[in-house]
Amino acid sequence: MAVQIASGKVAISATINGEPQTWLSEPRETLLEALRDRLGLTGCKEGCSNGNCGACNVVMDGRLVNTCCVLAVEAQESEITTVEGLGTPDGLIPLQKNFLEEAGLQCGVCTPGFLVATKALLDKNPNPTDDEIRWWLAGNLCRCTGYDKILNAIKKTIAETTTE
Amino acid sequence: MTTETKYRVIGTRPVRPDGVDKVTGRAIYGADVVLPRMAHGKVLRSPHAHARILSVDTTQAEALAGVLAVICGRDMPAVSGMAAAGEGGDMNMRYASNNVMAHDKALYEGHAVAAVVATSPHIAKEALKLIKVEYEVLPPVIDVRKAMEPNAPILLEDLRTDTGGVKSETASNIAAHLIAEEGDIEKGFADAAVVVEREFTFQTVHQGYIEPHACAAEWRADGQITVWASTQGSFAVRQQCAAILQHPIGQLKVIPTEIGGGFGGKIPVYLEPIAAVLSRKAQRPVRMVMDRTEVLMATGPTPGAYIKVKMGADKNGNITAAQGYLAYEAGAYPDSFIGAGMTCLFAPYNLKNVRIDGFDVVVNKPSSTAYRAPGAPIAEFASETVLDEIAETLGIDRLAIRAQNSAKEGDWRPFGPPYTRIGHQECVAAAQASAHWNTPLVREGKDGKKRGRGVASGYWGNWDGISSCIGRLNPNGTVSLLEGSTDIGGSRASIAMQFAEAFGVTYEQVHPAVVDTDTVDYNDVTGGSRTTFGTGYAVYKLAKKMQGEIVGQLAGLWDVPAESITIDGSSYSSNGHSATITQLAKLFEENGIHINASITAKGSNLSGAFATHIVDVEVDEETGKVDIVRYTAIQDAGTAIHPSYVEGQMQGGVAQGIGWALSEGYVYDSEGHLKNATLLDYRMPTSLDVPPIETIIVEVPNPTHPYGVRGVGEVPIVPPCAAIANAIHDATGLRLRDLPMSPSRVWEALEKQ
Ligand code: FES
Ligand code: FES
Repeated sequence: MAVQIASGKVAISATINGEPQTWLSEPRETLLEALRDRLGLTGCKEGCSNGNCGACNVVMDGRLVNTCCVLAVEAQESEITTVEGLGTPDGLIPLQKNFLEEAGLQCGVCTPGFLVATKALLDKNPNPTDDEIRWWLAGNLCRCTGYDKILNAIKKTIAETTTE
Repeated sequence: MTTETKYRVIGTRPVRPDGVDKVTGRAIYGADVVLPRMAHGKVLRSPHAHARILSVDTTQAEALAGVLAVICGRDMPAVSGMAAAGEGGDMNMRYASNNVMAHDKALYEGHAVAAVVATSPHIAKEALKLIKVEYEVLPPVIDVRKAMEPNAPILLEDLRTDTGGVKSETASNIAAHLIAEEGDIEKGFADAAVVVEREFTFQTVHQGYIEPHACAAEWRADGQITVWASTQGSFAVRQQCAAILQHPIGQLKVIPTEIGGGFGGKIPVYLEPIAAVLSRKAQRPVRMVMDRTEVLMATGPTPGAYIKVKMGADKNGNITAAQGYLAYEAGAYPDSFIGAGMTCLFAPYNLKNVRIDGFDVVVNKPSSTAYRAPGAPIAEFASETVLDEIAETLGIDRLAIRAQNSAKEGDWRPFGPPYTRIGHQECVAAAQASAHWNTPLVREGKDGKKRGRGVASGYWGNWDGISSCIGRLNPNGTVSLLEGSTDIGGSRASIAMQFAEAFGVTYEQVHPAVVDTDTVDYNDVTGGSRTTFGTGYAVYKLAKKMQGEIVGQLAGLWDVPAESITIDGSSYSSNGHSATITQLAKLFEENGIHINASITAKGSNLSGAFATHIVDVEVDEETGKVDIVRYTAIQDAGTAIHPSYVEGQMQGGVAQGIGWALSEGYVYDSEGHLKNATLLDYRMPTSLDVPPIETIIVEVPNPTHPYGVRGVGEVPIVPPCAAIANAIHDATGLRLRDLPMSPSRVWEALEKQ
């Protein structure tokens, strides 16, 4: 239930990275703005503001979304995973570790989006083909790497998990 | 061809020190800076490509609740003079100031004309709509050849054409006419068995970094200004802000944030001086972040151009003469890197008879700035496709003609000194020996699509510049390495590796950090492929200086002559004394001794970098779409410090080159309005457009660097456009001479064939 308070802001409750959160957003705010400016989750990046780069990706109720195209009020009672919820600095998930070891990032600004998007793919399909990976990631732009080492990091992660 | 045997650290592939922060979302980029009481700035931009600003009325905007201040051109100080701009160039600060905020004339759609600071970005945006600007709309000039015509509308009334230091009498859009000449081209062309002359056109393209420009600024009551900036050069930001704000440089501190890509586009300031002025007015720290449309309309781009190239060769394929005419669109203000384009035009080859004319021309487009090997990819697109045509006409192998004409040590180059030891021949040889070249092309692809193979070489002239670093030996034997070079793609690692090699410690014992302008001495921008070279050179000297200080202190503590102390890796010994650096660090701490050194160093990088690329394409004749099916990039890295990062630079450059070749380009209407200022319509390559990119690192050590580093970042963007065009020709017989080679262009050309 959305509660609109006198300032025109709306109280929003959602579970973010496993923790219940409540905050106030203006109705016109995007989920990206709310995550970054209200909740301090700046791992979500704004690259294009209109759904064309994937830098702002999170998983919301099991679906990969561009948070620049979702209004904050739409997140009411949802469950959201951001890059901050994938692994911790001393407990990286294999995908994060492999991005580092395979040099899957240069400037790193696209990296949160790629990690979240790939995690969403592997949760649905643990053993995708190269083509399936490339199709899935076609919504994530990287201007630095040429994608090659990103693919290597993902394929290494898949190889590790399927042989375990 | 790896260096693993020769070095301990160099040639290995460690994880970068800033990596964990970047894969966990904790790294702070420009837009992530949060300051207490922070307010938000937004820019009002001109809807016209060319217009006189008659009046700006800010009263209504100022009255909106939540608005703290509004500024326009009259709030910016009058500016004159020059400042260093990086890559050895200087920047006209009056033009730079006018670009940051138009004073009397808007020169491109998106040119900043006013700015608002408010308590939220949304309120600031609303307020922009309440600012009333009265314009006198002027006819725009958006094509370089039209801008050069005698009766073209003039953008800058004070601009005179500079030809070899002589200024024209009347105003012109041509800022400069440069000439490079050697030998006798008329004789050279007379000696040729085949002469090919072709014309080319190029659209404006953008660097396309994924992080839009962002900064924060705080102007305190005591006159101290602090700027947080996502930039390739914190000192460049300090210099430009000091000049544009007419503020004492010593009272300006720039704190570099992590930077989400730059490729040359994050050297000029756009928002920083505006944020500072807004901060002074609002008396609060101000953050400003561009959206993507602002980035495309008002920052960056690389020049559009018209190029004509003529080359002649004897019947054996030896080039007898070459001539080039390059007209580059500087955008609203002069400086299109035309000189660099001229230097690179024929650079892979040893030429005896050359003439190149270059024109730097202003047009009503955003002020162009560096983009990875600025000026080179389009120039070498022209020369490399013409050379391909000559090879075809003479029936000579395409790599063989490049090998036989290759430039080498001692050969002439435009504006040069002659080449020192370079590695173009080695790149071509590696291409000839590559698996890709030796695998026969299957001419028919999927669904009957036609396949072709192309090659091209490329050159970029790598810069040196000044780097400063500080090294502190910590009590536990590690070293804090403070650097002035901002890190765009892993330089903290490649610099720390060189320091570790020189200082005799492990990579893990070095803790690099990029620090602010008050902490370290002057440091040139991260650009010109200079950081691994120049800052690597600086930390080599720093390591030697620290070793010298350690020896000096040890001589006292051990009571031995300094000359008797020998260093082996991290061990110091003399006359029965022996200790590792970790033991020494403890000993020094116990004795109150601090090893703390700083260095400012300028290397000399005259060598330049070469690359040769091979590509297989598949052309869909029904749609005109070109797919890249195989790609191999060969490049001389000098010495690859961190081979994964060298490969990454090569692959990233190729991907940008593929975009430039096939899909990227600004689309303007006749009024000078940019029609594709989003990432949906400005099409950068996705993971579906780029194949796996094979890399072959050639190592011809650079004689002017202690470890032979050349610099690798820029040259990989140079060959792709030409290699792809040559491959399209091989597949279809078409010679395409206009970029991008988009499906519609290819389809139309096929229809006309
Ligand atoms: S910022 Fe959301 S897709 Fe680019
Ligand atoms: S690493 Fe820079 S955009 Fe991907």
